[in-house]
Amino acid sequence: MALEAKNIFFRYRNKKPWILEDCTLRVEKGERLALFAPSGYGKTTLAMLLAGYLKPIKGQILLEDKPLPQKGICPVQLICQHPENAINPRWRLRRVLEEAGGIREDMLDAFGIETAWLSRFPRELSGGELQRFCVARAISSDADYLICDEISTMLDVITQAQIWNVILNEAEKHNTAVIAVTHNRHLAAKIAERTVELPDL
Amino acid sequence: MSILKISHPAGRRTRVVILTILIALLLITIYAMGIFIPDEAAAGSFLEAGQPPSWKHPFGTDMLGRDLLARTLKGMAVSMTIGIAASAVSAVIAVITGIAAAAGSRYLDASIGWLIDLVMSIPHTILVILISFAMGRGLKGLLIGIAATHWCSLARLIRGEVLQLRSRQYVAVSRRLGRSGGWILIHHLLPHLLPQLLTGLILMFPHAILHEASVSFLGFGLPPEQPAIGIILSESMRYLSTGMWWSAVLPGLVLVLIVLLIDRLGEQLRLILDPGSAQE
Amino acid sequence: MKQKDETLLEIHDLSVSFRMYDHGLSQTDLEVISNLHLSVHPGEILAVAGSSGSGKSLLASAILGILPPNATVRGHLHYKGQELNAQRQKQLRGTEIALVPQSVSFLDPLMKAGKQAEGHHRPRTPAPIKSLFRRLELPEETERLYPFQLSGGMARRVLVSTALLTDARLVIADEPTPGMSLEQAMEALGMFREMAREGKAVILITHDIDLAFEFADRVAVFYAGTTVETAPASDFRSGPDRLRHPYSKALWNALPQNGFQPIEGFQPYAGDLPKGCLFAPRCPYRTEKCIISIPPVREVRGGEVRCYYGS
Repeated sequence: MALEAKNIFFRYRNKKPWILEDCTLRVEKGERLALFAPSGYGKTTLAMLLAGYLKPIKGQILLEDKPLPQKGICPVQLICQHPENAINPRWRLRRVLEEAGGIREDMLDAFGIETAWLSRFPRELSGGELQRFCVARAISSDADYLICDEISTMLDVITQAQIWNVILNEAEKHNTAVIAVTHNRHLAAKIAERTVELPDL
Repeated sequence: MSILKISHPAGRRTRVVILTILIALLLITIYAMGIFIPDEAAAGSFLEAGQPPSWKHPFGTDMLGRDLLARTLKGMAVSMTIGIAASAVSAVIAVITGIAAAAGSRYLDASIGWLIDLVMSIPHTILVILISFAMGRGLKGLLIGIAATHWCSLARLIRGEVLQLRSRQYVAVSRRLGRSGGWILIHHLLPHLLPQLLTGLILMFPHAILHEASVSFLGFGLPPEQPAIGIILSESMRYLSTGMWWSAVLPGLVLVLIVLLIDRLGEQLRLILDPGSAQE
Repeated sequence: MKQKDETLLEIHDLSVSFRMYDHGLSQTDLEVISNLHLSVHPGEILAVAGSSGSGKSLLASAILGILPPNATVRGHLHYKGQELNAQRQKQLRGTEIALVPQSVSFLDPLMKAGKQAEGHHRPRTPAPIKSLFRRLELPEETERLYPFQLSGGMARRVLVSTALLTDARLVIADEPTPGMSLEQAMEALGMFREMAREGKAVILITHDIDLAFEFADRVAVFYAGTTVETAPASDFRSGPDRLRHPYSKALWNALPQNGFQPIEGFQPYAGDLPKGCLFAPRCPYRTEKCIISIPPVREVRGGEVRCYYGS
C-alpha cells in the first residue's frame, strides 16, 4: 500500500530545462511526510504530479502498483495554497461540500464551520475560512492520500494551527497519508514523521 | 486637528440599474406601440399625401398619404421581432459551436475555426442576401440568413471563455472528485457563460436589426407590403428629390436611436453582471 | 528605538470604511480599520503583523493617500508633527514616503527593471544600482530585463530596490519577502535594517510573525482592523509571559515551534464587529466590561495594549 513516483521527469515545455529530473519518492499509507524545499524547486509541480493534475513526461506515478485512476473519485487529493482558486466563485459554499459527496456533520464540527457559512458565497469569507472548506472537501472524499501544498502559508498562525490539528486528527482516525509541502521547517518538524528535502530527490 | 475625508460618489451600481431599466422600458414601449397600433392608423388617405410633419402627423405622410409615425413604429416592431428571433438562434449556434470547439477534439476545433473564418471573411450583407435568397426570401429567408451569419464572434468569445474556465483549479478539483465532463459543463461552465451570452446576445441584436433593414432596403429582404423599416426607407428614396426629407430622415433617426439604445442596454448589463462592479 | 521622543509618523484614532453594495442595491459602510493608534520613530523597524484580512495593507494605502474613491477615512495622521492631509500626502509619496508594494503587478510591464528601480528621482551616480542588485543576488543583466522576464522572487527584489534607492524618510514595505528564499529574505531585511540605521523609519507589513519577531524593533499586532498590542520585539521573542494582550499570547502559542496550540473561533468581519473589545468573543479572560465597551489604549511596561486587563 503506497503512492510512488518512479523516476519521473517533468517540464512544462519542450527544450526548457527539466523542473523535475529523475525524481523518485515513495509514501506509505498512513505515513506523514513533509516535502521541504525553497521556492522554485518544483514543489508545487511534484504535488500536482502526485495528485494526477499533471502527467509526467517520463516515469510513472503508481498507486498500489497501478497508475492513478482517471475516472471516479481519486484516492489522492490535493489541497492547494490559494483556496479562492479552488472554489467556484459563483457557488454557495454548501455546493462546494456537496460536490465531494455530501455535507458531513462531523466535518463541520471538526473545522468549526458555522452553518450560516454554507449559504454564503466564497468572496464573503476569508482565506482561512475557505481553506477549511477545501480541506473538509478533500477529507470528505475519503481520500487515502492528502497532499497539502503550502496550505497554510497565506494564513495566520492560529488558523494554521486550527486546520493542521484537524487534518492530523482525521488522518490518524482513517489512516490517511499526509504529504505536506512546506518551506517552514518548524511546521515540517511538527506535523511530519519524515522530512524529505526536494533537491535531494 | 486634521480630518481626512474622501467623499464617495453615489453608488455606481444604482445608477447603472436605473439607466438599464429606463432603456428597457423605452424599448418595450416602442415595441408595444408598434404591435398595438391599429392598421387603420397607417392606412392611406390620398387627401393627405406628401404632407410635412405637423401635429396631426408628427412624422408627416408619404406619397400614399400614410401616417409615417405609425408606419415607422410598426416597421420597427417587425424589425425588432426579426432581430430578437435571429439573435436568439444565432446565440444558440454560438454556444454550441463555441463549447464544441473548446471541449472537442483538435480537429473539431480547427474545422470550427475554419468555418468561423470563412463566414467572417464574406461581407455580412452579401451573405445574408445569398442565404435568404436560397432559403426562399421573405420573413423566413431573412431570419435564417441573419441567424446564420451573426454567431461567429460570440462563438469565438465563448470558445476562449470555456478554454480559460477549463484550466481553472476548481474544475480540475471537480474532475479529481469524480465528476464527469457533462456534469462539469452544466454545473461549472454554463453558469459562468450565461452573463457573457446575455450581453453578447443583446449586443448582437442591433447588428441583426441593421442588417435586416439594409437587406430590405436593397429589396432582397421582406416583401414591400410589410411595413419594415428598410422598406420605408427605400420607398422614401424615390421621393427624396421632391423635397420630402421627412420621409427618410425621421424613420432613419428612429432606427439609429433604437440601435444605440440597445447597444447601451448591452453595455449597462455587462456592467451589472461583471462581479468587479460590485465594489463601488 | 533610538529617539523615542521624536516621532516621525503618528496615527491617532484612524478609521477607514468602504461603501459597498450588500445585496441588490442596498449599500453599507464596512469599517475595515477602526480606532487605530500607531507611531513610528526614525531609526526603527516597526513590524505590523496580523492575519490576512485584518486591514494591514489598507493601512499603507491610508498613509499614502491612495485608497479607492469609495473609501472614507477618519482620524488624525501626523507626519513630522504636522498634519498629513491629502495634498501633503500627494507631495510626500514617492519622495519622503516610499512604498514597497505587495504585488509584482505594481511594476510597469513596459519599463526595464533597472530604470524602474531608479524611479523618477535618479540617483546622482549609476553605481548604487549595480551594487544594490549585486547585494540582492540579482544577476547583472537584471537591469536590462522587463518585468515579465523576472521570476517572482527576482521581481520582489527589484521592488525592494526601488525603495532602497530613494531618499525617503519613511519606507512602508507591504509583504516584501514571500517568494524569496530564506537567504534572500535575510538579505532584503538586512537592507531595511541598514536603512533604519541611517535614520529612516521602516514599517514592515507582514503576516509572517516569525519574521516580525526576529527582525523588527517593535511589533504592532493587528486584529480585525486595529492594533491590539504594540511592544518591543524582544518581548515577543521571550514568550507569552512578557506579552500584554491575550491575542498576542494566542499567536505565540499557535506557532509550530511553541506548542502549535490554536484558540477557537474566528476573526470577526468588518460590518459585523463586536460592540466592545474586538477580541472579546474569543478571549478566555473576557468579562462583562469587555463585551460592553471598547477598552482604551494603555501604556504597560514600555508597550501599548488595548485591553482592560493586559499587564
